[in-house]
Amino acid sequence: MGLLDKFRQGLKKTTNLLKTDIRDLFKGEGQLVDEEFLDQLFGRLIKSDMGVQAAGETVEEIRSTYRGRVTQMEDVVATIKAKLKSLLAQPADPIRFAPSGPTVIMVAGVNGSGKTTSIAKLGQMLLGRGKTVVLGAADTFRAAAVEQLTIWANRLGVEIVTGPPRSDPASVAHKAVARALEIGADVCIVDTAGRLQTQQNLMQELTKIHRVLGKQIPDAPHEVILVLDATTGQNGISQAKHFTEAVHCTGIILAKLDGTAKGGIVVAIRGQVGLPVKYIGVGEKAEDLALFEPEPFVEALFEDVGSLAKPK
Amino acid sequence: MFESLQQGLGTALKTIRGHAKLTEANMRDGLRLVQQALLEADVSYTVVQDFMARVSEQAVGEKVLKSLRPDQHVLGIVHRELINLMGPVDHSLHLRGDVSVLMLCGLQGSGKTTTCGKLGALIQRRARKPMLVAADLQRPAAIEQLEVIGSQLGLPVYTERDATDPVAVCHNAVKHAKEIGAEVIILDTAGRLHIDEELMAQLQRIDHRCNPEQISLVVDAMTGQDAVNSAKAFNEALELDGVIMTKLDGDARGGAALSVKAVADVPIKFIGTGEHLDALEEFHPDRMAGRILGMGDVLSLVEQAHQKFDQEEMAAQEARLRKGEFTLDDFKKMIGQTKKLGPLNKVMSMIPGLGNMADMLGDVDAEKDMRRLVGVVDSMTPEERRNPKKTVDQSRRRRIAAGAGVEPHEVNELVKQFEGMADLMRRVSNMGIRDRMRTMQEMAKGSMANPGGLLTKQKVGTGKRLTPKEKANLKKQREKDKRRQRRNAKNDGNNSP
Repeated sequence: MGLLDKFRQGLKKTTNLLKTDIRDLFKGEGQLVDEEFLDQLFGRLIKSDMGVQAAGETVEEIRSTYRGRVTQMEDVVATIKAKLKSLLAQPADPIRFAPSGPTVIMVAGVNGSGKTTSIAKLGQMLLGRGKTVVLGAADTFRAAAVEQLTIWANRLGVEIVTGPPRSDPASVAHKAVARALEIGADVCIVDTAGRLQTQQNLMQELTKIHRVLGKQIPDAPHEVILVLDATTGQNGISQAKHFTEAVHCTGIILAKLDGTAKGGIVVAIRGQVGLPVKYIGVGEKAEDLALFEPEPFVEALFEDVGSLAKPK
Repeated sequence: MFESLQQGLGTALKTIRGHAKLTEANMRDGLRLVQQALLEADVSYTVVQDFMARVSEQAVGEKVLKSLRPDQHVLGIVHRELINLMGPVDHSLHLRGDVSVLMLCGLQGSGKTTTCGKLGALIQRRARKPMLVAADLQRPAAIEQLEVIGSQLGLPVYTERDATDPVAVCHNAVKHAKEIGAEVIILDTAGRLHIDEELMAQLQRIDHRCNPEQISLVVDAMTGQDAVNSAKAFNEALELDGVIMTKLDGDARGGAALSVKAVADVPIKFIGTGEHLDALEEFHPDRMAGRILGMGDVLSLVEQAHQKFDQEEMAAQEARLRKGEFTLDDFKKMIGQTKKLGPLNKVMSMIPGLGNMADMLGDVDAEKDMRRLVGVVDSMTPEERRNPKKTVDQSRRRRIAAGAGVEPHEVNELVKQFEGMADLMRRVSNMGIRDRMRTMQEMAKGSMANPGGLLTKQKVGTGKRLTPKEKANLKKQREKDKRRQRRNAKNDGNNSP
């Protein structure tokens, strides 16, 4: 199965929902673009979690282009697509490896966003490319978090560095990088404990981990990934802002996109914080991780809508 | 908790405020802003539509013309409708006499396992014997996680290491509970997507086999528009009895709380407000609505205080306060009690008018400062604690600083701060509740102008200040009195001979 297929498969449910929604707006041959229509369109867009601002902008564009006219569905859909693409504008952004020595990837996020699973998927992907991987279990706070990552490490067959419960997470991160240097691993992925972005002390702890990593290898961590639950609403913006302030995030993994949640919050995040999406999680298995590409993301959202409208 | 929504609504309603009367036009603008605030708080679009319709219906027209204070009127409607939207709530867990089964379900990462522990702790506080059941066989180390939580709380945890069928595990757990005499068993099921038919069917089988008294859906407060979809699906599969909303201690606006009840007709029973295992509170729609509208949540604070404060100690302290005695020991106890309420910022955000102060304190580690203060007090002799101003001289100050591991000037600061506090306490102790609140708000304003500054002793007025007119009147009166005295004296003199 190609990468694009996997991507589409993950978004299928989302697409189905959005597809029907948009089609519902158009009755019969053409549709008059009036205030009622625009309100409905606004509602549909809001339901994707993209936020009032982005949805408002998109509706505004449709209003100024088609206001008061009877329009064909594909024209409107094309305009929406174009608008969303421009809002989301970013190139595909895979992991950037360090020119030499181990590449250090730090993973952060709020509680329950899917950090540990995403790390397992990331590890699997890197192994597939023939990289050697060391995992650092720096979530020393949550009960059995270390065990959870250890089980994944065993499944993937990679080395894991752990510390005792409640020990300093920065020291575990330090040990993990030291181990990666020692065995000459290509990548070291450091897990951190989930924390709400408003918990000042815990965010400072995260900054400390970041600092400690930089002391061992200049430029480390090379990637700081924020794991975002696709069901997250507008709080995602606050998460992106605060985590970026604390540890200079380089990108997002959008997890749990295999549900009905549309993950539209990344549109708002791109607009307000500028953080790009690197990968999307589309299932529970270790290989269910796909590179995020804005073109197919938007295309997949509106897949088949245009072609279904043609036979009239 | 709901600060962001509060701020949003605050600005929205300000535009309505200031107009003498509500008109359809000016209210529509304001209500559109309310709508935007609700959408930005992740309230489901459909729910917002209904809500706005209900509010406009009540606000537009006759009532508007009759109302004297338009802002109060609209606020009243918004407040009432918010309560209608989220309530009513039945906090009872409907526990039976013998063995009751509670079942938790939800999406991955919503916080089921942690909530399982918190619920266990809550039931334990209510003097029942809970047992936790690790029915999440899916996620790696989920069983271990529940075991750790169980051991932290001293609760029994039922696990089957190599089992593959959670239905059987739950069934066996019920039998086991009867053997060990547990009264309430809490099933921690695996997280699952609401569109995964196979796993949803598995939940239904657990439901049939164990026949739980209560099935609760665990919902992440940060969930966006999708919250209604999952709540609806879980409710259709299982007939939920309630919702537990987690992670409300962050800055999530928690609009999902408004949606879930409206769409799936499932009430929110409890809210998770912290990482600690006692951070599970009852959900109060009226208080939450009050908080959303910036009325503060004095009630919540009072309830928490009742639960955790040592009543007798409070009474003794109160008695001393009335006599105007307030020592550093009391100061220390107060710090301890404040800490029991939870993180300082959280406590402050619940007091009306202090919400902003918590924001500003954001970067200051208030708890750390408090620990230092306690350290300084601990290094003092009883006499010094009773009367620090008179007893603490230079050499004692050096000794205390060395004992507490702080700089001598910090001891000075504490003494100064304490004097201010003691002064405030003396004043407050003679006030009624309304004046107390006003003083608190003034304090908040004062500290906003001077956020880094410490509480200092305030100058107290000697009495009423008079206007020039009053002064003139008084002077006239005094002169009149003098004249009368003179006249009387004269008369007396005339009469006496």
